[in-house]
This record gives sequence, structure tokens and C-alpha cells, in this order.
Amino acid sequence: MRSDVVIIGAGGAGLVSAIHAHESGAKVIVLTKEYPTRSQTCMAQGGINAALSNVGEDSVEAHIQNTLKSAHSIADESAVKFLCEEAIGAVEWLDSIGVPFSRTKDGKIAQRTLGGASAPRACYAQDYTGLKILHTLYDRCLSLGIEILDERYLLEFITNKSENKLSVCGVSVLNKRSGEVEIYESSSVIVATGGYSRIFHKHTTNSSSSTGDGIASALRAGARLSDMEFIQFHPTALKNSSILISESARGAGGYLLNSKLERFTNELAPRDEVARAIYDEMQKGEDVFLDIRHLGEKFIDEELPQERKLAKLYENIDPVSDLVPIKPVAHYTMGGIEVDSESMTNVMGLFAVGECANHKVHGANRLGGNSLLELIVFGKQAGNNAASYANNVKAYENLSLHVEAQSEILQNIRNATCRVSFYEKHKLIGDIFYKNVGIKRDKKELIFALDEVYKIKDELPLMGVDDKSKIYNSNLIEFLEFKNMLQLCEMVLICAIARDESRGAHFRVDAPNENDVMFKAHSIVDDNTRVSYEN
Amino acid sequence: MKINIQREKLTEYEFDLEDATLLEALNEIKTKQDPSLVYASGCRSSVCGSCAMRVNGKEILACAYKVQDGDLVEPLNNVPVIRDLVVNMNKAYKFNFKAKAWQSSPAKKISITQEEEKINEVQSDCILCGSCYSACPVYAVNSEFLGPFSLTRVWRYVSDKREENTKDKIDTIQTNGVWDCTLCNECTIVCPQDISSKADIEKLRAKSAMAGYMDPSFGSFGGSFDGSPTF
Ligand SMILES: Cc1cc2nc3c(=O)[nH]c(=O)nc-3n(C[C@H](O)[C@H](O)[C@H](O)COP(=O)(O)OP(=O)(O)OC[C@H]3O[C@@H](n4cnc5c(N)ncnc54)[C@H](O)[C@@H]3O)c2cc1C
Ligand code: SF4
Ligand code: SF4
Ligand code: FES
Repeated sequence: MRSDVVIIGAGGAGLVSAIHAHESGAKVIVLTKEYPTRSQTCMAQGGINAALSNVGEDSVEAHIQNTLKSAHSIADESAVKFLCEEAIGAVEWLDSIGVPFSRTKDGKIAQRTLGGASAPRACYAQDYTGLKILHTLYDRCLSLGIEILDERYLLEFITNKSENKLSVCGVSVLNKRSGEVEIYESSSVIVATGGYSRIFHKHTTNSSSSTGDGIASALRAGARLSDMEFIQFHPTALKNSSILISESARGAGGYLLNSKLERFTNELAPRDEVARAIYDEMQKGEDVFLDIRHLGEKFIDEELPQERKLAKLYENIDPVSDLVPIKPVAHYTMGGIEVDSESMTNVMGLFAVGECANHKVHGANRLGGNSLLELIVFGKQAGNNAASYANNVKAYENLSLHVEAQSEILQNIRNATCRVSFYEKHKLIGDIFYKNVGIKRDKKELIFALDEVYKIKDELPLMGVDDKSKIYNSNLIEFLEFKNMLQLCEMVLICAIARDESRGAHFRVDAPNENDVMFKAHSIVDDNTRVSYEN
Repeated sequence: MKINIQREKLTEYEFDLEDATLLEALNEIKTKQDPSLVYASGCRSSVCGSCAMRVNGKEILACAYKVQDGDLVEPLNNVPVIRDLVVNMNKAYKFNFKAKAWQSSPAKKISITQEEEKINEVQSDCILCGSCYSACPVYAVNSEFLGPFSLTRVWRYVSDKREENTKDKIDTIQTNGVWDCTLCNECTIVCPQDISSKADIEKLRAKSAMAGYMDPSFGSFGGSFDGSPTF
């Protein structure tokens, strides 16, 4: 099938770029491995940042400064400026298409304070902000007649090399329902497949689909990745299930307590600091709790209804009367596919946006509420640019031979006897990552983790799928996801080992200070697994 | 504990988990016993709508339901089963398109009070899990019924001050729409988000009446003369 723009991923980033590419006149197809409304974006609770000054005094300048500070000197200032300046228009746009934002008494969009922000800046819809944004975007796509194909799993980006220029010309996907390989030809492709926190297995707040597929495929297609070592830990996930309790609970005045019921940190400091403070308490043998009892039942039901429901369901406690046991877990991956100021990667025609992309606005530590914002602002940019790029490149090729090649690869996986369980290996890697590649890191431990990754890589030929069916083989899909994650584990580790300093979310006990002389720069890594630094 | 899962044939699985959600049990079975078991999931925190299925005949979210010994697990009703517990939702979701469940055009000047925002707060909590659709008895007789979640979504937009063309919205839901509902309330009982599509449909009926539409079963040959519904 042919179109001007193919978009992989139907979360917030994918749908926003689809709407804008469509409105720029391009023929758009969106492909997703789930259904659009099931994308991880639905899980965002806290809010989306814009300096509207609806509740307290705020300014675009303050938003920029807060973002740069949290980024620890490795954000691109002009990109941050663009993000924060566009924020107000972005939220107004969402409001205009029907996102049911919570309102203030005088009818303006309500705002609340998230960590690291100098003012109440996050616009929200109770604690269902992501859900309501995603569904409204989806409804808007339906109204525009945008074609969205569900349950298509991205295999590879197909590229073309001429005159030393690498450009994209289509994608191969596995139709999960039929088990057939399908090819979609197009001159522009937008990657919007989300982050890779699932490499931490259970130790993450993320959806089970955040396996970094798009990033790994882009790497194989020749794209460069950057800042892969920066992985944000969210301070407050439920202790047993790793399910997120939103930062808005602390923003509203929630405390963090240890087993002695003492407060031990500034709850509203940026996430990396709070996560480390909790980690230190836990190292001392303390349990850590979130206390929102004093906010009162009425407030909790009004502003944090989902939090109450989740705590009851997954921790068997009611935050109205009980302390909530918490721990920090992997939450957001700052690194991703490197893009330029036009959202394009180093592969011509291949664009990236959302959590899978690195627009260099988060640097070493993302601010709460800036991620949803990034989807809207850069989604628009990527959609518009992909459409105009496709307008100027019309050289289509016949890509049907890729069907056979990909089918054969999949058939070989199905035929292999499975002697080692990749599910077990995923759990193993996740546990190692949580321990060694988490909140505090040490070179020796990182090298140990890398060795483990190599060992598992060597064992890959012994792994396979027991399910031999063609129809809806989720065993096969999960194996492909595992392989992508393993590839990204390696990238994360070689970058984390190379960065001999501490900065934001990357904290090295053996090098606890920032080293601006050597490392005030973005790490870059490509398929050759060599790390370099660029500004 | 043991549970039975409706696959091509009913299959019993045994596992050792305490106080676990059904989703955790399914994950345990898939990763340790039988990788060929197929089901869908995502957020595991009851907000993405992927893991709706039926336990002992009632719609639940697997990630929000605590599994019990002897449970019978089946896929959703009224939708084609692709394999095991995975169903094809395309036709069901298409009803959002047919019902034009969206805001007609971007709004320009927006002024919405706190009270007005609350009007459709609950309806916009829908996670599109399809539980209500599976529970609705109308599909046994009318496969083209727009159905509970689509109609709830229409109400969500109709009741929003940003919508400028409510007339078009109301016109669209007359055929296979609000009047085909039996008001049986099954959708309300199973909704994990405490949404009552039945109540939303009643509100849409009232709006339809104000727009001059009438319950087609009144006065028609099939209708009963005392005005009671004929379902
Ligand atoms: C619990 C939680 C709470 C959060 N709260 C906030 C918040 O309050 N504010 C904020 O700003 N940010 C928040 N975030 C972060 C933010 O939600 C995410 O960064 C953002 O939603 C990512 O959007 P996305 O569109 O890039 O990716 P996603 O929403 O993850 O979408 C990815 C899409 O790609 C598809 N896909 C993936 N792989 C493939 C493949 N191989 N083939 C085909 N399709 C594929 C998926 O199906 C999906 O449609 C939160 C995150 C979590 C987990
Ligand atoms: S209305 Fe309730 S049951 Fe129906 S799809 Fe929405 S959330 Fe699910
Ligand atoms: S109340 Fe109406 S929509 Fe709901 S289940 Fe009954 S017939 Fe279906
Ligand atoms: S996994 Fe998302 S609702 Fe159950």
C-alpha cells in the first residue's frame, strides 16, 4: 500500500502528527501494534505544562528556566524555548478540539504544581489527563477520516541508499491477526512508538508495550540514538505493583515519610533528587510512604480519584486513612532517536516524535508535564514537515521483495526449538537493570550488567517461540520485543559506562560530580556501538 | 488454584499465586506454562481498556479483578474472537464513527465554567474497554445498534458547550440509536468506570424529543396502545 506519510504508533505523538500531516494535505496511514486508545499516553495523570498564569503568576521565561535547570545543562536551549513558547497555543488547541480540562472557579483551565516547577503550570483533567487527551485526539482523527490500522507490529524501516544519502522508502509490519508480513510504501515515515522503560521488566510504571521497538528498528535502519543513558525514575510508584501514584499527590501537599514517620526530603524537588533521597532511605533499611491523609477525602475524590482507586485495588489500602507504601521505578526514557530542529533523523524522510525521539528538551532529567507537551508541540512539527517532505519526493519503489525476506526471518523463528525461555531472561535483565543501572550506578556494576547482556545475546539462537501458530501469535511478538529491548540494553549500558560523571538521572557513585569539561554534551551512538559526544 | 479458560476448548490451568489479579495469573501461565495462551493487556492499571474479558459470565478488567479458585474465563461477547481471549474490536469501535462521536469542529471562543465541565466528566472517563458492548442484549437482535459506549460518547460531546452543531449529533443517533436501547441497565452494571450508558441514552432521548423526534415504537403498528415499551 502507498501513502505520503506513514506513522508508526498511535499514542499522543502519533495521533497529533497524523492530524497535522492530514491537514497539510498528505495521504496519511497510521499503524499501531495495539489500538490507538490503548497506547501508553492514556496512563498520564499529572498534567501538561503551559505558562498560562491561570492560577498563579507564571511566565514562558520561568518555564524555560525550570526546564533548563532540570536538564542539567544538556538541553538544546533553542528547542526548549520553542517548546515553552508553543505550549500556550498547544493547550489552547487541545481545549478547542474538546479536551475536557478541569476548570477554575472563574472558568479558566485549572493548573497545578508538579515537581521542579516554580508555578502551578500543569493543566489537567482530574488525574485522567492522558486518557482524555488521547481519546479526544482519537475522536478528532475519526472525524477527519484518517486511516488507522490496528494490530500491525513494526518490523523494519526500509531504506534506500543513493549518492551516499540514506533515505526511507517504507516499512514492513507483521499483521498480528493474519500473521502475514505487509509492506507500506511512503516517502515520509514518522516514528512515534514511545519509550523503552520496559527493559526494567516489572520495575517500571510503563505499559507492557513500551519496549522501544521503533528506536531499535530506527537504529538498525541507520539512525543515530542519543542520551540513551538517561532514564528517569519516578519517586512514587506503588511498592508491590510499580503502578504510578502521580506527582500531583505531592504537588497538592502530600508528604514522604520513612518508617519512623519522619519527612526526609523536599517533596517538590526535581524527580532525580527525590528518587535518590528515597533510595538512600531504603538503603538504610527504611520503608518509604506517601502520606496524603491530611488532604481529606473530599479533595482526594475530587482531584485524585484514580490514585485512590489504584491504591485500594493494588495495595489494599485507602489513602484517605492509610499511608501508601511506595518505591521509585523506571518511568521515562529521556534518550531516543536523534532528530534535528525539524524533527527529522539523519535518515532522510524518517521523522521521530514523542518519547521515542530525542528533541533535546529534557536533557538529563525531564520535568513532569513536559512530555505530554512535547507530543503536541513536536507532533505538529513532525506532521507538517513529513507532509511537505513527501510533497517534494515522489520516487516510489517496488518493495514487495521485502515481504519474502521478512516472512522467512519470522518463519525461522517459528521453526526454531525453544530451549531457553526469553521470558526468564527478560526478568533477569530487568532485575539486573533495577539493581545496577537504576538510581545509583557504579562502573563495575555497569560492566557486569553489560556482560550479562552479551551472555544473553549469545544465547539468542537457543531462544524461540513455543507457539507455532500464525494467527495472533503474541509469543512471537513478545520475542521480537525482547530482541529489541536487548539491543537497547546494550546501547544504554555502553553510554552509561562511557559517561564517567553524574548528571541528572545518571548518577555514578564512582564519579559523583558533574564534569562539564568532558561531558556537557549529548552522547551519540549508532549501529557500530561507538559512543561520541556532541553539543 | 485452578481456573478454566475458554480457548478452542475449555482448558484448565493450575498456579500458585496469592491475592493476584487475573492478569497476573494469565502472565504467570503464559510465561511459565503455556506460551500459546493469548490475551491482550497494556497498562495493568485499569486505564487502557485492553484486558476486558468475562469471568463467570460477567465482564471485568483482568487487571482489576482478583482471581478466584474455579473461575471460568471467557472472551467478550458480541465481537468476533480472533484467538483465545483476544477479540476483534474493529466493528464495535466503528460505531463511534457511525455515531459521529466527536466535536464537529474546533471551537473558537471557549468559556466553560466549573459546573459545565462537570456535566460530562464521568462520560469522558470512558476507557473504551468494550465491557458494556459485550453485556448489551440488543446485539442479539440488532447487530447495527450504535451501542452503549458510542452513545455515551455522543452525550459527552452533545453536552459539551464547545459543540456548535448538536442538531446534527441528535439527527445521527435516531436510526439504530437511542430508541433501540431496552434500558435494561446491563451496561451500567459492568462499566469499570462507573459510567451509566443507560442514563446517557435517556438524556439523549430527552434531547431527541426536544428536537421533535419521537420514540418510533409509539403509535407504530408494533407499539402497544398504553404507551409502554414493546421490547
Ligand atoms: C503512568 C504514567 C504517567 C505519566 N504521567 C505523565 C504526566 O502527567 N505528564 C506528562 O507530561 N507525561 C506523563 N507521562 C509520560 C507520557 O505519558 C509519555 O511519555 C507519553 O505519553 C508518550 O507518548 P508517545 O505518543 O510518545 O508514546 P505512547 O503513548 O507510548 O504510544 C506509542 C505507540 O506506538 C505503538 N507502537 C509501539 N511499538 C510499536 C511497533 N513495534 N509497531 C507498531 N506500533 C508500535 C503503540 O501501540 C502506541 O500506539 C506518564 C507516563 C506514565 C507511564
Ligand atoms: S462506557 Fe464503561 S464499559 Fe463501556 S467502554 Fe467505556 S469504560 Fe468500558
Ligand atoms: S441499557 Fe441499553 S445500551 Fe445498556 S445494555 Fe441495556 S440495551 Fe444495551
Ligand atoms: S491492562 Fe489496561 S485496563 Fe487492564
